[in-house]
Amino acid sequence: MAQPAAVGMQAPAKKKGGIGKYKKWGYIFMIPFVVVFLIFQAWPLIQTFYYSFFEYYKTGLTWVGPNFCGIDNFAAIFDFSRVNLFALTYNTLVMWAIGFIPQIIISLLFAYWFTNVRLRLKCMGIFKTIIYMPNLIMASAFSMLIFSLFSDIGPINEIIKTFNNGEPFRFLSNTWSTMGLVGLMNFMMWFGNTTILLMAAMMGINESVIEAAEIDGAGSGQIFWKITLPLIRPILVYVLITSLIGGLQMFDVPQILTGGMGSPNNTTLTLIMYLNNNIGTSRNYGIAGAISIVVFIICAALSLVVYYGFAQDKTTREANKRAKAALKAERARRGQ
Amino acid sequence: MSKDYKTIEHSSALQRSGGDPDMKAGPGLLIHRIVCYVVLTFFSLLCLFFFYILIINATRAHYDIMRGFSFFPGGSFGTNFMSAVSNDTIPILNGMLNSLIVAGLSGLLSVYFSAMTAYAIHVYDFKGKNFIFNFILIIMTIPTQISALGLFTMCSDWGLRDTYIPLIIPAIAAPTVFFFMIQYMKSSLPLDIIEAARIDGSGEFRTFNTIVLPILKPALAVQMIFSFVSAWNNFFVPSLIIDTSTKKTLPLMIAQLRSADFLKFDYGQVYMFIFLAIIPVMIVYFCLSKFIIAGVAVGGVKE
Repeated sequence: MAQPAAVGMQAPAKKKGGIGKYKKWGYIFMIPFVVVFLIFQAWPLIQTFYYSFFEYYKTGLTWVGPNFCGIDNFAAIFDFSRVNLFALTYNTLVMWAIGFIPQIIISLLFAYWFTNVRLRLKCMGIFKTIIYMPNLIMASAFSMLIFSLFSDIGPINEIIKTFNNGEPFRFLSNTWSTMGLVGLMNFMMWFGNTTILLMAAMMGINESVIEAAEIDGAGSGQIFWKITLPLIRPILVYVLITSLIGGLQMFDVPQILTGGMGSPNNTTLTLIMYLNNNIGTSRNYGIAGAISIVVFIICAALSLVVYYGFAQDKTTREANKRAKAALKAERARRGQ
Repeated sequence: MSKDYKTIEHSSALQRSGGDPDMKAGPGLLIHRIVCYVVLTFFSLLCLFFFYILIINATRAHYDIMRGFSFFPGGSFGTNFMSAVSNDTIPILNGMLNSLIVAGLSGLLSVYFSAMTAYAIHVYDFKGKNFIFNFILIIMTIPTQISALGLFTMCSDWGLRDTYIPLIIPAIAAPTVFFFMIQYMKSSLPLDIIEAARIDGSGEFRTFNTIVLPILKPALAVQMIFSFVSAWNNFFVPSLIIDTSTKKTLPLMIAQLRSADFLKFDYGQVYMFIFLAIIPVMIVYFCLSKFIIAGVAVGGVKE
């Protein structure tokens, strides 16, 4: 995300085949993208902003509004006596974290193993193919599958019943087990993808850096913690923030798993599930608008962190420089 | 597995005799490798387990499934398939066709027009070009869900509810595809070719279609797969836009399945529905996994 930023900043100066008479083609080729963006993304976004300041909902068969109501909608989503923004954000982030923490640990480990020259593991292609697979599976279908397996009459409970005096464990009537299942699915769907991203980052590390450390007698643990990790920090930040943005949009998995209810008792209701309820079922456009705007602001802030965070990544370059100098000195010493 | 094991031993023996830095690691390295394989195998099996159970259960009859797990297929694949496709409330074959139309068209449109946009930025110099480039990068991470309310009301006003237009047309403006394409062009689209085409009298639009697109083919194919899969799996926007049951795409049918009373399910049929929703993408994936994974990695390095 941010490397693109850096690329973008360098791009301007170059003069490419754009002599005057071809200039207009640049604009012409952009038309479809820009027009579609304006109609299907920019305009709806403006509309969303607009509705967030209006009282506009349906009760029974009659519509109320749209009446301008200032920031009442925002006040309503911060109202602790009902479903509020903090509870929704908390639910969303907890389920995200349950999936993300094991995901980053396992992905780091796998990426390190896959790229480790000394280990020289076989069959990496097969492992990569398998662990990436869940990422392409329809999240809603996967969630339905997990629901069928973990429901009160599902096969998992058949096993539990034999150990538990014939009583099933009601996974979906319990906040933590429901959150755990959502986290498990998110983990399975994303750890392969993260592994591949981190692998690409680790393969980009200059080998002389590792070589230099080995000559200095660093163990593999030291190399991992003191060299690999700091050098891939930009990608780690990228993975963290894109995952967080993706996590805030969590919808398919909990929606299907809980049948859109966020059960038990709204404790697994995510931001986007609530948004979906307000647009689709309860038709409260004012509240839906306010939720959208808050999510928009959070995501935009997170995106800016990535965008600017990458552009000024000094640590990597400095570490590379230092390592190269060390290696040079070492070679010179040996040569004498 | 056992064959791999020998090769590992063999290679580590080689290293030892070769006297490279691995020597001091000795048996430690072998243990490390074994640990790696055990952990990798565990997580691979975890990934495969649920899908294996899905496939097995799709071949078993309802009463058989209710008795618990089985690792061997049953004989009811045909029965389950027939009862699934003849279910009137969830017309699954219709759904597969709808999903194929929506995902296929979104995939085609997104790669074609996003490549065209990337081409405009890459090849031509014009005012506002850098602004547009940076702008597209910024909108790349902004989720589509936040404009869903506006999209929903807009479609209601313009009579686009219950049509595929709001599901397909927005694919034309795909920032991630655009970004991937522009990176690819930087590495493998020499501007001399375009210059040469101009000298030969080819128009700009024709140059793009007949000379540039074929060069971009590998990138187009990978992005086409990703766009197709994300449209195939998309749940949020269709759930707001589509109402008629014969127009529903697969994720909506899965949701419908979930909202039915699960105590009255014919589970053979349920697993068959899930199987039918997942399997087309899986077949494509296993045929093309090499390219897909390479595509993820390239995106990752560049991003």
